[in-house]
Amino acid sequence: MYKWLLISRYLKTRYIALASIISVMLGVATLIVVNSVMSGFGQEMHNRLHGILSDVVVSSYDLNGLPDPEAHQQEIRRVLGDDVEGMTAIIQVPAMLNYQYDGQWHTFQVNLIGIDDESYAQVSDFSGYLLHPDNRQQMSFLLREDGYAVGRKNFPESGWKRRRVKAEYEKALRQQQLLESSLQVPAGPSAGEQSVPSPPDFGEAGGDDIPPTPFATEGSEEHGDAGVEFDQATEQHTGIVLGISICSIRSRDEDGEVRDYFLCAPGDDVQVTFPNSGRPPRAVSDSFTVVDLYESKMSEYDSSFAFVPLSRLQSLRGMIDQERGVSYVSAIQIKLREGADLNQARDRLQARFPAMQYGYRIETWKDMQGPLLSAVQLETMILNILLFLIIAVAGFGILATFFMIVVEKTRDIGVLKSLGAPSRGVMSIFVGYGLALGIMGAGIGTVLGLLFVENINQIADGIGWLTGREIFDPTVYYFQEIPVIVSPMAVVLVAVGSVLIAVVASLLPARKAARLHPVEALRYE
Amino acid sequence: MSSVRTDRGIPAQGRPGPHQQLMPSADPAATTVILSASGLEKTYHKAKVAIPVLCGADFHVHEGEFLSIVGQSGSGKSTLLHLLATLDQPDAGEIYFEGNRIDCLPAVSRDILRNRYFGMIFQFYHLLPELTTLENVLMPTMIQHGVVSYWLSKSRHHKRARQLLEMVGLSHRLKHRPRELSGGEMQRAAIARSLMSEPQILLADEPTGNLDQAAGQEIMGLLRTLNQQHNLTIVMVTHDQLLARQTDRIVRLAEGRVEAS
Repeated sequence: MYKWLLISRYLKTRYIALASIISVMLGVATLIVVNSVMSGFGQEMHNRLHGILSDVVVSSYDLNGLPDPEAHQQEIRRVLGDDVEGMTAIIQVPAMLNYQYDGQWHTFQVNLIGIDDESYAQVSDFSGYLLHPDNRQQMSFLLREDGYAVGRKNFPESGWKRRRVKAEYEKALRQQQLLESSLQVPAGPSAGEQSVPSPPDFGEAGGDDIPPTPFATEGSEEHGDAGVEFDQATEQHTGIVLGISICSIRSRDEDGEVRDYFLCAPGDDVQVTFPNSGRPPRAVSDSFTVVDLYESKMSEYDSSFAFVPLSRLQSLRGMIDQERGVSYVSAIQIKLREGADLNQARDRLQARFPAMQYGYRIETWKDMQGPLLSAVQLETMILNILLFLIIAVAGFGILATFFMIVVEKTRDIGVLKSLGAPSRGVMSIFVGYGLALGIMGAGIGTVLGLLFVENINQIADGIGWLTGREIFDPTVYYFQEIPVIVSPMAVVLVAVGSVLIAVVASLLPARKAARLHPVEALRYE
Repeated sequence: MSSVRTDRGIPAQGRPGPHQQLMPSADPAATTVILSASGLEKTYHKAKVAIPVLCGADFHVHEGEFLSIVGQSGSGKSTLLHLLATLDQPDAGEIYFEGNRIDCLPAVSRDILRNRYFGMIFQFYHLLPELTTLENVLMPTMIQHGVVSYWLSKSRHHKRARQLLEMVGLSHRLKHRPRELSGGEMQRAAIARSLMSEPQILLADEPTGNLDQAAGQEIMGLLRTLNQQHNLTIVMVTHDQLLARQTDRIVRLAEGRVEAS
């Protein structure tokens, strides 16, 4: 009874112990916040990587790819059986993409992916990252009338609407140029200004940001049969879906708001150059019409992926053996049913298609992103260890504080012993005191940490407002909010670990108190 | 010592003496001697220098006696009292309480002995500063009982503590902390605390040493009352000859030996 009474009184009267509580509390809160944010980031990245990549990929090292994808898919289905939920064949090839904006050609190195618009959606979350709502439901390489990125601020007018306006503008420009050349009169500055039609107004998105010739993107003027004029207002080239970062620049406007400036939008034409499947490979170019944008919020993908129809890419690259009627693809992506063992499926396929015989690379999505996932995992682990050291430091704080308290309380310990308190009773007072400090520190720290995590975005905004510098920059991270995941097990482990550290730290001072000789303690000055 | 441990359930009022539990039988000739010591030796070692304090002290106290131990500073008075109270152990010699040897008991048994059979008061009162006067008085009972056992008989313990504080004239100071009390009041609170377990003997180490004459006399009066009205055996260490003369018998210590009794 006396132990609990003294512990409660020490808690109320020894304010120096508050420092220990605060240090444990801060350690616990920090650990919970960092853990939750790291888990959130990790999970977000995990989801996006997994969403983009299918579960298992069978790919060929050969630029021409592997032959007869249908036969391969049948064999894969035979090997994996019911584990297969979906499969698709793709072509993946490095390419150079160009489009013109404001008289300048913008060039990007892209990863050109030929996909089957129906089956590709079954193996990845590809369509979920598209901007047009109808494409999210059913992907199509045909340009939509409008309705892209509904509700998104500063997104320019897109689709056929944009294409028609652009066609009219360019037609007028060409007529003007023809007229000038037929008259053979060099156009003076004043004449030119009067005769050249004004650029069309696309409303808010275009606004003042629209340069004098915003639709100077040039594609092939002819499509399909030679000699037939290509009407840009009513026809489109083969559709292409571009990563959003290829088409836009993300930066801040005068008000400090994050804003995407689109240099290219659905409805514009682009030129893509890529190697064919010949020996040696030769460059092949073709024009494509942007039919949608792809925003996975993984900057690596958004700035390099360009999707085109599989059959068109096969045709352009010469990947169809006309004589044998066999087509080639770069890889086969496989989606497994929920709960299937990825590694086991990979191993079974590797056994069926031995590398020595086929030369295929068979990997799970985790294998492909292994270094990145491992880096994040390692980072999380090291952060946890470092932060747990904060609590260990708090433990040393408790140790020092308790030694001081034991010295301060030496005479009281002597009194207790003279009244018949056993040594283990004296020891348990200080161990109980450490336990109480640990529980209070860990308890308050847990509540604070969880509250912090719950309101982390508001807190980040508040700190940003106070410091004038944004804590979580969406131009860097491509997340609108800081992703957090609270793992109850991690919270419990952190809290229990902290309490244990507090108890362990109090053991030595408690042992010292218990071993005090009563006479020496009573005489202590 | 298993017999001592079984004593926990014995009611405070009218309980048998510890010898009935500690030993199967007691020496009939020693019935009036409640506490005795023979050939006590104690040497302290400081920085490899041996300082002999007691060199074969013999000593006994009769039941109901008010005895004072006097001697010059360093004569070993407090050391003798600490040995008698089992707070320390002698290098040689034996100590008997109600006929039972207590100096060689294990630590746990000595703790129980101090808690239930000995009361102690000190020159500097030694009240616990975080607790109120009432809680300080209740401390020996709290040490004796576990949480459940204490709470079950809490009202009885509180009643007794209040009675004791009333007896020493501190019924108006129940909720006061030691720092809010005068020296005399603190010593009276310490006396009330020492009586909480209804001890067989009260060991007082210079109980008036830190008090002015009036307060000292007040404390002496209280001790005398306890001795005469409640037949409490008291052993008091003092260097004040005037106070010593107010006791039944004086034991004089010099150079580690009992010089006169």
